[in-house]
Amino acid sequence: MMTMENWIDLCGLDDIPRLGARQVMISGIPVAVFRTSADRVFAVEDRCPHKGGPLSQGIVHGNAVACPLHNWVIDLELGEARAPDVGCVRRFPVRLAGETVQLDAGAIVVQAAE
Amino acid sequence: MRSKLVVVGNGMAGCRAVEELLARAPDRFDITIFGAEPRVNYNRIMLSPVLAGEKSFEDIIINGQGWYEENKITLHAGDPVTAIDREAKTVTTAAGHVETYDFLLLATGSNPFMIPVPGKDLEGVVTFRDLDDVEKMLQAARTGRHAVVIGGGLLGLEAANGLNLNGMEVTVIHLASTLMERQLDEAAGFLLQKELESRGVRILTGAVTEAYLGDTGVRAVRLKDGTEIPADIVVVAAGIRPNVALAQGAGLAVNRGILVDDLMHTSDPDIFAVGECVEHRGMVYGLVAPLWEMCRAFGDCLAAIETQGYQGSVLSTKLKVTGVDVFSAGDFSPGDDKEDIVFRDARRGVYKRLIVCGDRLVGAILYGDARDGSWYFQLLKEGASIADIRDTMIFGQSLAGAAANPTDAVAALSDSAEICGCNGVCKGTITAAIAEKGLTTLDDVKSHTKASSSCGSCTGLVEQLLALSLGDDFQAQTGPKPMCKCTDKTHDDVRRLIIAQELKAIPEVMQHLGWTTPDGCSSCRPALNYYLLCAWPGEYVDDKQSRFINERAHGNIQKDGTFSVVPRMWGGVTNPRELRAIADVAEEFNIPTVKVTGGQRIDLLGVKKQDLPAVWARLNAAGMVSGHAYGKALRTVKTCVGSEWCRFGTQDSTKMGIDLERMSWGSWMPHKFKMAVSGCPRNCAEATIKDFGVVCVDSGYELHVGGNGGMKVRATDFLAKVATEDEVLEYCGAFIQLYRETAHYLERTAPWVERLGLDFVKARIVEDETARKAYYERFLYSQKFMQDDPWEQHARGRDIAEFKQLETV
Repeated sequence: MMTMENWIDLCGLDDIPRLGARQVMISGIPVAVFRTSADRVFAVEDRCPHKGGPLSQGIVHGNAVACPLHNWVIDLELGEARAPDVGCVRRFPVRLAGETVQLDAGAIVVQAAE
Repeated sequence: MRSKLVVVGNGMAGCRAVEELLARAPDRFDITIFGAEPRVNYNRIMLSPVLAGEKSFEDIIINGQGWYEENKITLHAGDPVTAIDREAKTVTTAAGHVETYDFLLLATGSNPFMIPVPGKDLEGVVTFRDLDDVEKMLQAARTGRHAVVIGGGLLGLEAANGLNLNGMEVTVIHLASTLMERQLDEAAGFLLQKELESRGVRILTGAVTEAYLGDTGVRAVRLKDGTEIPADIVVVAAGIRPNVALAQGAGLAVNRGILVDDLMHTSDPDIFAVGECVEHRGMVYGLVAPLWEMCRAFGDCLAAIETQGYQGSVLSTKLKVTGVDVFSAGDFSPGDDKEDIVFRDARRGVYKRLIVCGDRLVGAILYGDARDGSWYFQLLKEGASIADIRDTMIFGQSLAGAAANPTDAVAALSDSAEICGCNGVCKGTITAAIAEKGLTTLDDVKSHTKASSSCGSCTGLVEQLLALSLGDDFQAQTGPKPMCKCTDKTHDDVRRLIIAQELKAIPEVMQHLGWTTPDGCSSCRPALNYYLLCAWPGEYVDDKQSRFINERAHGNIQKDGTFSVVPRMWGGVTNPRELRAIADVAEEFNIPTVKVTGGQRIDLLGVKKQDLPAVWARLNAAGMVSGHAYGKALRTVKTCVGSEWCRFGTQDSTKMGIDLERMSWGSWMPHKFKMAVSGCPRNCAEATIKDFGVVCVDSGYELHVGGNGGMKVRATDFLAKVATEDEVLEYCGAFIQLYRETAHYLERTAPWVERLGLDFVKARIVEDETARKAYYERFLYSQKFMQDDPWEQHARGRDIAEFKQLETV
């Protein structure tokens, strides 16, 4: 299915603590938006593939986050759990426009519809 | 067209056989597995550590639900097969389900042998075979006091040890004159008996069980000599019998077990059998190693791979009782042609006996030091000539001359040589995983192959395999373990260097100490944050992002992502105003559960994160502050009512508890820290399983340290007796500071005291007054920066973004 990109402003970069995350609801889906020490931003569904833990509450390190419930480490770049655990988490396109964090809500609508 | 394989038995043998087949012929079979137990495949031999509280059920799952799904295996768990129709080639289950097969594999295991004495059907007479049995034992340990184990073999002793660790008074009734007489000689059996007795297990050898007594539930066991032993639970571990009923009903050839040939065929060529249910060349096995070998033969055969089949097994055993090293292998029956080599070290409690026949090692018994067990076992299985090493082999592989280089010895092993007995992992599997997946560390091998992840006794072998495969690239974890994968420095190194090099921020520590990752990991960052705030009170600025969510949000995260709130109640004392405020806040915020905790506090469970600051504000308004129930911090001081009310009370224990809590609340620690004060030696506040416990007596206060009531119960060690309340505070503050400064992050006081020794603590806190006062003062100084209520600060708006979602889009 084809769709239009729909980049929306989420927040300022400084609204997310470095090595931290914020949660936002988009079209009924909880999304965790992360900021790394190098100021890269990532967005994934806020649900650990293991037991549904809120990834936005975890400790961010490198380009990964450790789930607060059972310490699964999720690679935010790949959207996959790091070995030995196996599982993947939905990623959403995010980008930095100057100091503003933007997310492609079009991608979420498509995924929600599928 | 795929063939259809039906497997009866979802245990270790059935699933291992399927794994072996999938490894050889991944897409040739449609596989259906029937299991009697309603759960996925787990490692039965690790039930003992589960009973002992050292592992959880999750830790011992071999194949979780995902494995069945990935391999498109249909699992019927909890529905046992009750009949086979060999004509129609179908099996029928208890629930009436009928399944056709092209090939059938029987892996029905064995049944515990129930001694036919009166009362064997009473409630509370159990076996030790599956997770349900473990749960029954744990249940009995919660409600009853006395346990009797029938049988002093491997399984019986592991059960006895587990029940003992769970706080029961355990008696082992054993028919023979020494324990584990099939695996150990008299000397080793005697040492084992003494060791278990010293742990509080009562052992009766040469004892014959006559009856289990009781009306509906068992209450005692009567022996032939008339002795009655009270019992709230009886665990029968008197041997096993192959489970052959299904095979017998189908008309297959059965003797003691289901008869199989070297390719694991039964008397029907389309039906195979593996594991404890079979009889091969006259032998029936009850241990795990033969099972792995049988499954390999089965896999070869069904995948049509050339194989020499199963050749029978030489057995070795290890007792899974933590702290007791027992190993036995081969034959130690007396004979004119046999000679013994014996080594004893009474002080270390070591006994080793090797049995030699000509130039061959035929048996080995090791007690107290079983490190060389796998080396002796290999010599024994290979039938290697020991002529050259005979003089020194008793001292172990590292001192045994020619074959001394352990890496050479590992290099010489064949790919099928078993490295990890607990999980049945052979050398070829490990070396292949190292090569294919690029593994470089012991932890990698553990997580990818399961080798060395259970009892850990094969760790050395796995490291040698890594060294062989990687050459110079392998860096063994020599000496103490590094803090985490981000560094080669140990906890002690890091703590020392933080002070010596005056490192005062996490990035600075990582830079100066050569961290290999840009910003650490979820294991080292919280540790470094603690080490820094302990080293530099008043100077170091806490790094919120390096704290686990509980300490960042000042509540305990629950499995649904909500939080719990526990206000502090000094010494466990509350009043109507506080209770009213708690009741009001629970109603106002629809808090679903209100529960009293083990530490004499009230827990509000299920609070939404965004409600936390408002909930705290209400509690603050009634004068309550954070109870730190979420932190690696001072948790609670539990008290009894003491001399103020109790007719036995010797001192005002409640006030003492409140004073201790007022002094120490808010302090961050390496791990959680709990205290209690009991007003008399009846010890109603359970002070002797706390990190720091006070028991009041007429003449003063007894101080106890290093207790733990958690997973592994440890009673405290007696530290000192003091006369005044001020001394209690001084000793307590000094003890806490010593712990804060020397423990590893996430190390409770119990393992810390055991690691450094009680003498280490006494030397600094009891015997050296100057040192004690210095520790005490450092503690009080550090507390100056700790005692502001985090709830109040957040309720006033600090880090408010932490508790808010971004605006919904």
